[in-house]
Amino acid sequence: MCEQTSSVVTDLNGDGRSLSQLGSLEYDPAPESVAVAHVRPSYGLFIDGVFTEPSAHEQFVTLNPANEEVLATVARASSNDVDHAVRVARRAYENVWSKTSGAERAKYLFRIARLIQERARELAVIETLDNGKPIRESRDIDIPLAAAHFFYYAGWADKLGHAGFGPEPQPIGVAGQIIPWNFPLLMAAWKLAPALAAGNTCVLKPAETTSLSALVLAEILQQAELPPGVANIVTGDGATGSDLVDHPGVDKIAFTGSTEVGRGIQQRVASSHKRLTLELGGKGANIVFDDAPIDEMIEGIIDGIFFNQGHVCCAGSRLLVQETVADEVLRRLVRRMEQLRVGDPMDKNTDVGAINSAAQLARIEELTSYGESEGATRYTSSCTLPDKGYWFAPTVFANVAQSHRIARDEIFGPVLSVLTFRTPEEAVVKANNTNYGLACGVWSEKGSRALWVAQRLRAGVIWANTYNRFDPSSPFGGVRESGFGREGGRHGLEAYLNV
Amino acid sequence: MSFGVASAVPSITSETELRARLSGLSGVDAVGLEARCAKLATRSLKKSTKLTAIDLAISMVDLTTLEGADTPERVRSLCAKALRPDPRDLTVPSVAAVCVYPDLVAHARTVLGDSSVAVASVATAFPSGRASMAVKLLDVADAVDAGAHEIDMVIDRGAFLSGRLGHVFEEIVAVKETCGAAHLKVILETGELVTYDNIRRASWLAMLAGADFIKTSTGKVSVNATPQAALVMLEAARDFAEATGQLVGVKVAGGVRTTKDALRYLVLVNETAGSAWLTPERFRFGASSLLNDLLMQRLKQRRGSYVRADEFSGD
Repeated sequence: MCEQTSSVVTDLNGDGRSLSQLGSLEYDPAPESVAVAHVRPSYGLFIDGVFTEPSAHEQFVTLNPANEEVLATVARASSNDVDHAVRVARRAYENVWSKTSGAERAKYLFRIARLIQERARELAVIETLDNGKPIRESRDIDIPLAAAHFFYYAGWADKLGHAGFGPEPQPIGVAGQIIPWNFPLLMAAWKLAPALAAGNTCVLKPAETTSLSALVLAEILQQAELPPGVANIVTGDGATGSDLVDHPGVDKIAFTGSTEVGRGIQQRVASSHKRLTLELGGKGANIVFDDAPIDEMIEGIIDGIFFNQGHVCCAGSRLLVQETVADEVLRRLVRRMEQLRVGDPMDKNTDVGAINSAAQLARIEELTSYGESEGATRYTSSCTLPDKGYWFAPTVFANVAQSHRIARDEIFGPVLSVLTFRTPEEAVVKANNTNYGLACGVWSEKGSRALWVAQRLRAGVIWANTYNRFDPSSPFGGVRESGFGREGGRHGLEAYLNV
Repeated sequence: MSFGVASAVPSITSETELRARLSGLSGVDAVGLEARCAKLATRSLKKSTKLTAIDLAISMVDLTTLEGADTPERVRSLCAKALRPDPRDLTVPSVAAVCVYPDLVAHARTVLGDSSVAVASVATAFPSGRASMAVKLLDVADAVDAGAHEIDMVIDRGAFLSGRLGHVFEEIVAVKETCGAAHLKVILETGELVTYDNIRRASWLAMLAGADFIKTSTGKVSVNATPQAALVMLEAARDFAEATGQLVGVKVAGGVRTTKDALRYLVLVNETAGSAWLTPERFRFGASSLLNDLLMQRLKQRRGSYVRADEFSGD
């Protein structure tokens, strides 16, 4: 557990002593119970409403990234399994779901939403075990938002004619959906809820390292008595995803993940009839003006980059600070970073959990190493990291230049690059000087300035005086190399309607 | 990067200067502030942390009675409780102070003598503050002469809200002078200041004028202490300390009734201002019924089961 020794009123008399230590009241461990997750030793594929053995009988292990212990084995879907799932989804589409009224579809979605709420604690624990994120986040953010997405789209299912896409918009057909490991259940909800509300059937592929919560969701779909084949879940790695993308029976691909993989998917579906939406990487700029509400802004910066260990496509990984307050902001930011409680994700008081996988940790370490070699000043939390598992201490780089790799590449970890600007124009130019365009933040008490900046930022999502705030009624998605298409809100329906 | 801080409270020589200083303070974003409070409210204090925190909270209580029906007898009983909150368990710490009206200060002093428990008195036409300056100062002098160690004054909210900041400032300065050696707690009545920006500015105003403590409320209006107001005040105290080297205390009063509430405030202190404020010298709970709940939870932690409310005296 992190040593809580960040200080207030340092160097008061010039002798370097500190008068007040933040977090000096140490919190005893407050672990959530692992037992409530009911993790099974192995999981099959969820096709046609039942769990089935993979045809090639292949399994892979899924680890707890916080201690590298094996949690369970998960089925690896072969091409045959993917083919089976797509055929089942097609049959369910033709025979059942396309003939089910919107009001009836809503009934199932409401049931799923309520069941997620009923099993929220179990889902939160399994999410934290499999992903490494703090239990506070899975309990207070991931799971409630997942339920909220089902509730929200349940409401749309019988009102599609009023969504602005014509009087009787039709579904597309069979949707192949590939989701990432950073918000496993929430991303499944973002994909399934609008697709099912609009009348499509689905084949969902969770990320290889985080399949478990989607498989609990499969149990929930059974509990909700969703007609067999309407939603199918095939677990596996990139090869399984490729099989799904290439399958001729799929009408629509929705992918959330890296820009590199997204680019490949776009090339492969280019010559087909398939619709595509992509939600890819980002290098979000969090722009701080000197009149920003300072305490809440510091919290916002911290949330923007350290929420979910920075495994957030819309993370505010570039901080652009007005030069007049740069020293003050950096001082407070480093102090606040020191205070973050890094460690056991199952502890209810943990702020920053484990990196999701060894591969991701290696990538973060590599990209971060460029920071120092390129001349930036590094501040790393002095917290003690656990011996086992994948861990990376929260890090802030100051004196970063636009040309540095840490200002350009998506690190997808708890690493913030701080740059400065002098005028609003310069802030906008720097913020837009990226290939990405997913999210940005603007911090200012002056509304007219926040709007002026927001209008000029090339990003799909702009937050003002907040960051990383999500709501099912609000569309989310990027421009440029961050992808296209929107998820959430009325706009999110468009991706699953034949319009 | 400079970590240096100034080492003295700036002297304010005009209302213009005061106004410039207060309007130069950063604004508070209400949504963000409330989100921060909600997040900190999820901290889970277990085992030894909980026991430590409960004892700390007991030692921070200003055991208060501010009723028209108060009697010398009731005050004496309250003082006995303040000294030994649980007479059967002498490991329970004494509270920080008892807080009474000026006319009862002498009675409290009779029981408490020179013990560790201070006598605090509300003054300055508490709770409304509606009296002339002369009357307010007489009120303070009366309490100090009777032996009060601490004076809880109220600010003129009407003057603050109408922008007469100099008037509020001068009142605090005058009261502070009348206090002599007694510590001055300045009640902002945050429920009447309403906005977080006002609370931050009033906090700085009081600290610049020489307050030893800033206090949320009188406990006599509909909105008393809230974690949000306390967070703004703790941030102000922390920033003031960094700017001037003066460490000003914070007191929450009114509506803090349960151990759960108290521990949430201690989490705010712990993660906002830090160790220098985790002491009765810099953080207080103005409360009456809170003490018995703290005692009950303390026993629960040790015995594993709850006892009857009647186990503890009703004062």
